[in-house]
Amino acid sequence: MGLRRVVCGMALVAAIAAATAVGSIALAESDLERPHWQGHAVKAPSKDYPIQDITSGFWFRTKDTQALQEDDFNNPGFFAVEQGEQLWAKAEGKAGKSCASCHQDAAASMKGVGAAMPKWNQRLGRPVNLEQQINICRSERMEAAPWKFGSAELTAMTTYVRYQSRGMPVAVRVDGPMTPWFEKGKALYYTRHGQLDLACANCHENNHGKYLRADFLSQGQSNGFPVYRLRDQRLVPLDERMQGCIFDVRGLPYAPLSDEFLALELYVAWRGNGLPVETPAVRN
Amino acid sequence: MAEIKPRIRLDKKDVKKGDTVEVKTLVSHDMETGLRHDADGKLVPRLIINKFTCELNGKLVFECDPESAVSANPYFQFKFKPEESGTLKFTWIDDAGTTTEATETIKVS
Repeated sequence: MGLRRVVCGMALVAAIAAATAVGSIALAESDLERPHWQGHAVKAPSKDYPIQDITSGFWFRTKDTQALQEDDFNNPGFFAVEQGEQLWAKAEGKAGKSCASCHQDAAASMKGVGAAMPKWNQRLGRPVNLEQQINICRSERMEAAPWKFGSAELTAMTTYVRYQSRGMPVAVRVDGPMTPWFEKGKALYYTRHGQLDLACANCHENNHGKYLRADFLSQGQSNGFPVYRLRDQRLVPLDERMQGCIFDVRGLPYAPLSDEFLALELYVAWRGNGLPVETPAVRN
Repeated sequence: MAEIKPRIRLDKKDVKKGDTVEVKTLVSHDMETGLRHDADGKLVPRLIINKFTCELNGKLVFECDPESAVSANPYFQFKFKPEESGTLKFTWIDDAGTTTEATETIKVS
């Protein structure tokens, strides 16, 4: 009895092995092939990082999506970069200034800025992200009305500024006065939200590289934001995407630019320290 | 605010007669399918690019009539053999009649 069971078991294993071998050869050149995301990681800066092989969302997308991002001509995100470039030179507000009046050539003055956001603002006593900094400049320096979050102008300017850091490693600082915000972001990242009771970590830390229904899960990095989402056919800022994540688990999303999202932005950026800024990235 | 210009790329602009030129174009357009509802529940009317043409010195080289499934910010790519030097004119027309144009020069020897 025992011997027969063992023999059946071995035959079953052999059959499965044969089926898998044939299956993988047939699928090798197909578009349905699971993205090969391994082997494209950046080593985490220290042992404290929960993911040691930090991998950009770029590697979790299909070759067609990657091709869109790799060619600056084809990448529709560049329409926002061009719009941002026009807005940069446009004088607005009572002070009669444009961004260029103080910052001159963005390629020089904004280099590295996007890679370090969110940054500690000493005067306000809190971290500030790129959208908020742009609006601070607009309302205080230019005496112009701040742009609404999610507006084409704010997203275009955020994209244009962050694009000046493209290729540079994400480098956010989480020490000193940032520490309580970092800790809050970390706590939020591991807190289960919504009716589906899922935390960011459940998908992005524990199950990246696997399918969640039809979605191939990435590590949830923010190095490419604002991102041209094929689903929305426009540039999407980070807080909007995070709202979407919480909405997807049937929770109540935090407001864009809220304390919770600033803390999360800081923590998520930290998780991706070392990744190249890819703005404007192309994702699903 | 100025319009975002369409992008045109020719793989060669100076060719010999009989050579094939590959043209790539990308234009910015939101494309409303006519099937979406706005926040008040009203149907957002269709507004898509319904014609794309390319002419060399006024003679038609390429024409495309997209339907409502066309992607936003559409990318059109085609190859052709230019017969003469001159101006390539690209035109995109949408349902509202808004016309976007761009030109490129090409030299054939």
